[in-house]
Amino acid sequence: MRMLTHNMLSSNIKGVTNGFPLRIEVEKVVEKQVEINHDFLRNIFPKIDWKAFFDASRVMGYAELPEEAPEPSVLESDLEFLRKFHHALLELHLEEGALVCPETGRKFPVNKGIPNMLLHEDEV
Amino acid sequence: MSSRPELQAPPEIFYDDTEARKYTSSSRIAEIQTKLSERALELLALPDDGVPRLLLDIGCGSGLSGETITENGHQWIGLDISQSMLNVALEKEVEGDLLLGDMGQGLGLRPGVIDGAISISAVQWLCNADKSSHEPRLRLKAFFGSLYRCLARGARAVLQVYPENLAQRELILSYAMRAGFAGGVVVDFPHSTKSRKEYLVLTCGPPSLSTTIPNGKGEDGESCSDDESSGDEENQTVCISDRHRPRKKQKINKRGKAREWVLRKKEQMRRKGNVVPPDTKYTARKRKSRF
Ligand SMILES: C[S@@+](CC[C@H](N)C(=O)[O-])C[C@H]1O[C@@H](n2cnc3c(N)ncnc32)[C@H](O)[C@@H]1O
Repeated sequence: MRMLTHNMLSSNIKGVTNGFPLRIEVEKVVEKQVEINHDFLRNIFPKIDWKAFFDASRVMGYAELPEEAPEPSVLESDLEFLRKFHHALLELHLEEGALVCPETGRKFPVNKGIPNMLLHEDEV
Repeated sequence: MSSRPELQAPPEIFYDDTEARKYTSSSRIAEIQTKLSERALELLALPDDGVPRLLLDIGCGSGLSGETITENGHQWIGLDISQSMLNVALEKEVEGDLLLGDMGQGLGLRPGVIDGAISISAVQWLCNADKSSHEPRLRLKAFFGSLYRCLARGARAVLQVYPENLAQRELILSYAMRAGFAGGVVVDFPHSTKSRKEYLVLTCGPPSLSTTIPNGKGEDGESCSDDESSGDEENQTVCISDRHRPRKKQKINKRGKAREWVLRKKEQMRRKGNVVPPDTKYTARKRKSRF
């Protein structure tokens, strides 16, 4: 699971009012290089919750992102920033670990890169 | 035994390791699923600007549909209830992220973040009660409600489905409409039992010009009702159910009037300040059927 997906995921348990962001517990991170696409980054940027993204990148062991969300104009020209944004968003995978519901503490295990988001019957 | 997998076992049981492998290694299935996915992406009608979007693949299985999304240059997140199917997707090193989840429990995604969704041959599974705790109506409600919320306003979802019968199709569609979606069903090859395919084409947000149902292959643009069975035999598309276009109107727009209608709509759009292609002799002309 990439940080792109983590930034979109929230806990869906019945009764939970704010299931975002899921806390990340890391056992294993893997890196996979993918080609950078500036258009994609510019298009997705306004939808990223920066604080959650920044925190997630730290937990994943990446410390190069600015803590404050940059102005969108930065994405037009700052190639260095685009590269870091790309790396944190699309190249870092949580391979083993867990996602934890911020409200209930319920753990969603992540195995082979796949979060198990299945709810128990009493959570639906 | 029935040939409908939906009637044999719950999806996470039916798609076990053996079935997942069988499913994915069949070149016939791969070909069909790829065609369905390509058509769904076409109906999704994303802006033709080369910008990769973030899409959802609901019931992504072993990634056949997702691979089509990747080939079209987009990013995707896939959700499936079968670990075995997802394992095959992992082996194939698909480029999308995979989630093990049950769409009937609702999609746990933030509001408004997804640019579009497709689902290929999966949503009809929701009509079955596979556990004593399953109430199909509640599961359809949870699914469509959460799908509506996670899509960006104006975004589309195109769901290719195999409803067992008319009632099931109506059930699925009614829950989509209740969730707030505009749109309807597009049927390809309506007169062939084998190649007949149905797509729910849903738009998120209040109905507007941009939410009218897309024209299908070999379609006039206005011949959009079930009784209009003229035209070249199988290769035809019919929208059979479009809640946001009153039936009456469909009848009025008979052949010949289509061009006038299109010209009028284009004029309206121009007045609103939208960029509209110029009117030419090609405007509103019948398209050649494509396969
Ligand atoms: C016919 S396969 C299609 C897979 C893939 N979309 C393709 O085109 O090859 C249907 C898939 O829907 C999945 N499915 C069925 N019910 C589901 C549910 N409630 N939630 C998530 N996935 C489901 C099944 O596990 C199966 O992988």
